[in-house]
Amino acid sequence: MRDFDYSAPTSVAEAVRLLNQSPGAGRPLAGGTDLIDQLRLGRHQPELVVDIKRIPELNVLELSSRGLRLGAAVPCSRIYSDAGIAQEYAALVDSARIIGGVQIQNRASVGGNLCNSGPAADSTPSLIALGARAVIAGPQGTREVPVEEFCTGPGKNVLHRGEVLVELRFPPRPANSGSHYRRFIPRNEMDIAVVSVGALVELDASGERIKSARIALGAVGPTPLFAREASSGLAGRSPTVETLTEAAQAAQAIATPIDDMRGTKEFRRHVTGVLVRRVLEECVQRARHPA
Amino acid sequence: MAKKRVVSTTINGKSIELLCEPRQTLLEVLRDNLDLTGTKEGCSNGNCGACTVLMNGRPVVSCLVLAMEAEGASLETIEGVAQGGDLDPIQQAFLENAALQCGICTPGFIMSTKALLTENPNPTEQEARFYLAGNLCRCTGYDKIIRAVLDSAQRRQAALAAERQHS
Ligand SMILES: Cc1cc2nc3c(=O)[nH]c(=O)nc-3n(C[C@H](O)[C@H](O)[C@H](O)COP(=O)(O)OP(=O)(O)OC[C@H]3O[C@@H](n4cnc5c(N)ncnc54)[C@H](O)[C@@H]3O)c2cc1C
Ligand code: FES
Ligand code: FES
Repeated sequence: MRDFDYSAPTSVAEAVRLLNQSPGAGRPLAGGTDLIDQLRLGRHQPELVVDIKRIPELNVLELSSRGLRLGAAVPCSRIYSDAGIAQEYAALVDSARIIGGVQIQNRASVGGNLCNSGPAADSTPSLIALGARAVIAGPQGTREVPVEEFCTGPGKNVLHRGEVLVELRFPPRPANSGSHYRRFIPRNEMDIAVVSVGALVELDASGERIKSARIALGAVGPTPLFAREASSGLAGRSPTVETLTEAAQAAQAIATPIDDMRGTKEFRRHVTGVLVRRVLEECVQRARHPA
Repeated sequence: MAKKRVVSTTINGKSIELLCEPRQTLLEVLRDNLDLTGTKEGCSNGNCGACTVLMNGRPVVSCLVLAMEAEGASLETIEGVAQGGDLDPIQQAFLENAALQCGICTPGFIMSTKALLTENPNPTEQEARFYLAGNLCRCTGYDKIIRAVLDSAQRRQAALAAERQHS
């Protein structure tokens, strides 16, 4: 591996200072499940690797009446081991359970998954569906960005050099709502999504009408996508097969998939429709019958 | 070259200080600096699980951990599994169920199995298969490995029951 130095600061301010000390030459390290292989392959050539796992704010995992605070370095296994989070933010836990195998889940963070900004990242559609906001710290202070605006292209995002993602903030789960994430892969586990969908559906008190919805798609565009129109079109409707199928068609319309060894464009567009409908059905089920 | 640094860590119950380069992975340091060659290198990119070790009790792939990250950690490798001259029940079950051919994947499978049985002492076949999805084997076709894992669970339960009777 190419040579670099290593530092493990214990505060956000110190991490930001280290990352900015020599511009462009510092790289944050969370679980390393993307980064260490990228270092080996020379895809990134930092002079300094800044291990952010010893910073308390990046290890926060706090569920309260104000919502959820998820520190950027918290590994997937800590997320899905928390029964409260599984109940309130089911889509996030669905994602955390399918990123790699157990060895990866013990290291991989949702923050790293987002910052790596792959189009098929398995947690990003759930973050978008759940309305999460990214809290970012840099030399100029902190700023917040809604997750649907975070990724700007394959491997690209809104982070400026020397900025770190500190945490993800989720609003409280709306009453009578359910969320779900699912991906299509040819195997049972350990694979990259061909298409993936995360969604949140909020019903009214009767459980018969949709109050609001958020649908997000993965692996069918240069970034994970928020299906804005498909989502807003569901408001006020009753969650029948016809309604959900209409939403699925609206979501298909924004997919711009590519052909690759995992699937053709046509196949991906078709699977997008099928998955959106199934994920919405599961959200409605979960909204009506909370675990 | 970045300066070599001292890392204080615990490996198989022994506290040690290591001198390593920041760019070295934990796998490299275990094998090349410490001669703990029981931990195997398959892919070196996180996919095969041959390099699995326990870090603070949890399985991780040591090819995707920097040695520097082991500061203050407690590590367990395949070399620490047998107690004295006695094989662990998991190792015994792998042998008796013929759960290995070339053996490259075996240390990784045994470390993952150890973690599985600590978290879930009595897994179903489905649970065992999912838990071990991050460990690949090119030889056995997995059935014998899964049989060995389920057999290990029974052996451990039996051993624990016997201990309880004696105390
Ligand atoms: C065998 C294997 C299987 C995998 N399976 C899946 C899968 O099923 N689904 C999936 O989506 N991914 C998968 N991955 C990819 C990877 O595990 C995930 O993307 C993971 O979530 C990355 O998180 P990390 O904490 O390891 O990030 P790291 O590797 O530490 O970092 C990733 C990138 O983000 C940057 N970064 C990290 N944290 C921050 C921060 N707080 N602020 C600013 N920048 C930051 C790093 O500099 C780096 O560029 C797999 C990887 C492997 C090796
Ligand atoms: S060598 Fe580490 S996972 Fe294959
Ligand atoms: S026994 Fe050869 S890889 Fe598993």
